Amino acid sequence: MTRRIDRRSALKFGLAGLGAAMAVPVAARAEARPTPRATGDLGLIIERAVGRVRIVETTGRTVLHTIEGLGDLSHASAVFSRDERFAYVFGRDGGLTQVDMLEGRIVNRVVQGGNSIGGAISQDGRLVAVSNYKPGGVKIFDADTLALVADIPAAYEGSTEQSKTVGLVDAPEQKFVFSLYDAGETWLVDMSDPAKPAVTKFKGIGKLPYDGLITGDGRHYVAGLFGEDGLAMLDLWAPENGVKRILGGYGKGDKPLPVYKMPHLEGWAEADGKLFLPAVGRHEILAVERGSWREVGRVKAHSQPVFVMARPDGRHLWVNYAHPDNDTIEVIDVKTLSVVKTLKPGPAVLHMEFTPRGEHVWVSVRDLDMVLVYDTRTFEVLARLPMDKPSGIFFTARAHRTGL
Amino acid sequence: MFDWSRTSPPLLTLAALLIAPAAFAAGDPPEERQKVLLYRLIQDCGSCHGMTLKGGLGPALLPETLKDKADESLTDIILNGIEGTPMPPWAFETSASEAAWLVRVLKKGAVHDATH
Repeated sequence: MTRRIDRRSALKFGLAGLGAAMAVPVAARAEARPTPRATGDLGLIIERAVGRVRIVETTGRTVLHTIEGLGDLSHASAVFSRDERFAYVFGRDGGLTQVDMLEGRIVNRVVQGGNSIGGAISQDGRLVAVSNYKPGGVKIFDADTLALVADIPAAYEGSTEQSKTVGLVDAPEQKFVFSLYDAGETWLVDMSDPAKPAVTKFKGIGKLPYDGLITGDGRHYVAGLFGEDGLAMLDLWAPENGVKRILGGYGKGDKPLPVYKMPHLEGWAEADGKLFLPAVGRHEILAVERGSWREVGRVKAHSQPVFVMARPDGRHLWVNYAHPDNDTIEVIDVKTLSVVKTLKPGPAVLHMEFTPRGEHVWVSVRDLDMVLVYDTRTFEVLARLPMDKPSGIFFTARAHRTGL
Repeated sequence: MFDWSRTSPPLLTLAALLIAPAAFAAGDPPEERQKVLLYRLIQDCGSCHGMTLKGGLGPALLPETLKDKADESLTDIILNGIEGTPMPPWAFETSASEAAWLVRVLKKGAVHDATH
């Protein structure tokens, strides 16, 4: 039963009209003027085999959007704009895709190389850099338009081919750092004048750097080496001192074990004054004291560690493993350096991402086609979200963390 | 579950004849095992060689990149890896005849056809 009110009668019965307006149910008013949504509890999950990403929210643990058409995501990762509105997804096929986290759509997409391995966003959020295997080098784009700003081919002495580049991270003062897999070099790029990238090259850092990371404060860059036991460290507060070897000879001369998936150094685990790193070709996690860079302990692990991730408060490390032992996560107590919990989420655990304050962790289980959400205190599974071959999980809080 | 990887080639061939006669051709693994091998090739070999096998940290495994390499040496690489590189040995879960079959599939460029 509706009653039409013309303008005059509305004026005449103004008071009654106001009363009627106040009686409009909350939901109806919300429809008229949508409640703005924030992005702080959002995340993006890669479905590696189908070129698709899911936008999720970690409060109610639901999927908000499904976005198709991102190409080959077999080794994909993402960074976020400083307002946490946009994700930049780096695909294997050289695709760089800007995704709107709120509207759940692709805003911009370029195929900028033949074969890529991740990227980084600059300190000021204006530049997005992509690391390329083929042609080897780093390309830097305008974050708004994805227009090319700088092209840095990884040419090196003694080869006509360009080196594959790995371990690309952002650093303070508008810099990027990355390493050259084939050349054994680390390059520091100052982009404070985008028209004139200033590249400082550090040569002879070690054999086959396969990934790199930067500490949360943006001071120390560390490249993991595949070709030898040890890591290569650059102190960005004293780049004139060059790249130094740390944890040299950690394998103690033993023949390395085969590695069925390369470790990833993205989740630099810093806790209790120590840094925790996956050994390569050893079923161990190495603890190194920051500052002295001495080894201060090692944890015997289930298999070849892939990700060693510190819970945000630093008390526990969550570690996943390489094929064929990738059905397992071990939780390690940083205080005692012992395994306190072994979880079996399912076959092919590929990635773990903590909610910003660490109360939950989201785990992608590729061969289960599922993302599991664990309570990090009770280890209880709180939610199961079906996904197609999920791999990387990226929460928007990364927007405010150097190196992620 | 029966572990095919621990089975000797003659028994494997016999099993292939008994279980999947339709899929049997010149020492091919049985159909169910082919699925496992191809899944692993795409998903796990794919972490270094790319899920489309166009390469990554490891080289491309496409027909044009493999055509000049002998089947035997490629089979040997799968089984025993390449020392001093990240390529690990897969003999612990792949038999010689399975590795040889994978090489044939790779050289034909039939990996993704075979999975559909």
